[in-house]
Amino acid sequence: MTQLIDKHAAAAGTSGFLRQQRPRHGERAIQAALLAAALVAVATTVAIVIALLIPTLEFFSAVSPIEFLTGTTWTPLFEPPSFGVVPLVVGTLVITVIASIVSLPLGLGSAIYLSEYAPDRLRRTLKPTLEVLAGIPTVVYGFFALTFVTPVIQAIVPGDGLPSIFNALSAGLVMGVMIIPTVASLSEDAMTAVPNSLRQGAFALGSNKRQVSTRVVVPAALSGIAAAFILGISRAIGETMIVTIAAGLQPNLTLNPLKFMETMTAFIASTGQGDVPTGSIEYKTVFAVGMLLFIITFLMNMASIRLVRKYREVYE
Amino acid sequence: MSAPTLTRYGERASLTESGGEPLKERLFRWMLLACTGVGVVTLVVLLTYTVYKGWPQLNSQLVTNMPSQVSPNTAGAQSAIMGTLWLMVFTALWTIPTGIAAAIYLEEYANPERRINRIIEINIMNLAAVPSIIFGILGLAFISRTLGFGPTILTGSLTLALLVLPTVIIASREAIRAVPQSIRSGSLALGATKWQTMARQVLPSAVPGMATGSILALSRAIGEAAPLLMLGVGFVRFNPDGLMSSFTALPVQIFQWTTESQTQFKELAAAASVILLVLLLAMNSVAIYIRNKTQKRW
Repeated sequence: MTQLIDKHAAAAGTSGFLRQQRPRHGERAIQAALLAAALVAVATTVAIVIALLIPTLEFFSAVSPIEFLTGTTWTPLFEPPSFGVVPLVVGTLVITVIASIVSLPLGLGSAIYLSEYAPDRLRRTLKPTLEVLAGIPTVVYGFFALTFVTPVIQAIVPGDGLPSIFNALSAGLVMGVMIIPTVASLSEDAMTAVPNSLRQGAFALGSNKRQVSTRVVVPAALSGIAAAFILGISRAIGETMIVTIAAGLQPNLTLNPLKFMETMTAFIASTGQGDVPTGSIEYKTVFAVGMLLFIITFLMNMASIRLVRKYREVYE
Repeated sequence: MSAPTLTRYGERASLTESGGEPLKERLFRWMLLACTGVGVVTLVVLLTYTVYKGWPQLNSQLVTNMPSQVSPNTAGAQSAIMGTLWLMVFTALWTIPTGIAAAIYLEEYANPERRINRIIEINIMNLAAVPSIIFGILGLAFISRTLGFGPTILTGSLTLALLVLPTVIIASREAIRAVPQSIRSGSLALGATKWQTMARQVLPSAVPGMATGSILALSRAIGEAAPLLMLGVGFVRFNPDGLMSSFTALPVQIFQWTTESQTQFKELAAAASVILLVLLLAMNSVAIYIRNKTQKRW
């Protein structure tokens, strides 16, 4: 260190002091190494796309995309196989809707409470507690859905053999609770970013707290809240273990949440589990469904990222 | 419209103390509290239920015996616990240096106006939200089959490392950003190079934040079952002994016991869940401890 200072002190007399004295190859090498680390993330995305794309293209050389996207029978492992993905998409949709009905209002309500109402001390306990919910492994949620929530639902809604042991309702409800922290914490960030002057202005005009929260803060944070909702829904679509355990592993084209159904993720997980030989049509099916799942969640994530940028641009 | 209450923003208590809070307002506040309560109550129920359900099987056998799918009376989870620990160590080894290096690049070196850096940044945010099962597909197709590593500790830890890399990067960036600019300026003014400034001034100050973020990311990694299932990680009755050893992990073992119909296996699933939750709780406590102990005020 002293050497370094001496060297620069000696150089101070020369006219070229502010200019680079000699090329610093070490510094360059370090920067290149750091860039390489950052590029690992990009490479991962590229690898995902390639890994999905090649088998998917091979799959579509055997099965027409129209049959895949519009067919209503999903029996890829039977003889004769049928590759209509609609039952899996509908299964995903039903469970996602249930999860959204739970997580979006509760997440937003929690966010408003934490950001506008909760006294500081309560906030400091509630927030980490909610975050613990996000840290519980999904396999534990699945276990809870199957062995606790399903029997409770069966006790409350007695029907003719319904709800079945595996059902969409139980998986959707538990998934909804799992997603509450995602929705709540992103929405709260957006509300906290709303400048206080807006609140003060509304209070000065005689609004009360509820009016300020619902008519000033929430609209002002709307793009952030929308981003939180989209991200929450995207997580519901991509969630795997809860549905694999609690919703059943048989495709079932129905909108009845009390029945069993299979989602895209559950199909991927259950088929991938076995030793499916590389290159077989079953193997490629996993990738085709994976590609569909990736495209759907990718588009939603991008929309969410854009919305977050929007509110950051406005207020920060 | 109710009569306007004179409240200054920030005096949260004044609304309730005034006694004149209209019913509608009070209902709204209680409704919001109830929204928050649902999450908290579910958490308590879930934890209580899991411990209650697993209680009969929560004994030393769980740690000393190997898993079984036939005799629940003698089944333990030793190979799963060991597998999870091995996974944790190697996932940390791959992901933490890479994540911190990427974070340093993005915070200190990257010019945000340049296209490549913007692509990297958006890509990381997007990758953080890609479903874990997709990473499982990547691990299966690329690491396990194309590279030929098979369903080993190496494949598992690499897959999980990629899965949590965005989380580590995002947390590390925040930690680096929290170091004030004046520290950098001071170091640079004394003639230190950019890397010297980073390595001797910025990074040491950012270590606690990065450690906290990395531990939280790791705790997410070891709770994941879906990518491991994709890799074909299954039933294993021996402890891993190296990177190329096949293995099982706690989340996978929990899943397998959950799908068995016998009650005793369900109890084993609950008991193994308790072990996993205790492990996660320990990791989180360490993270919070580091954060509280070393929090620097500039």
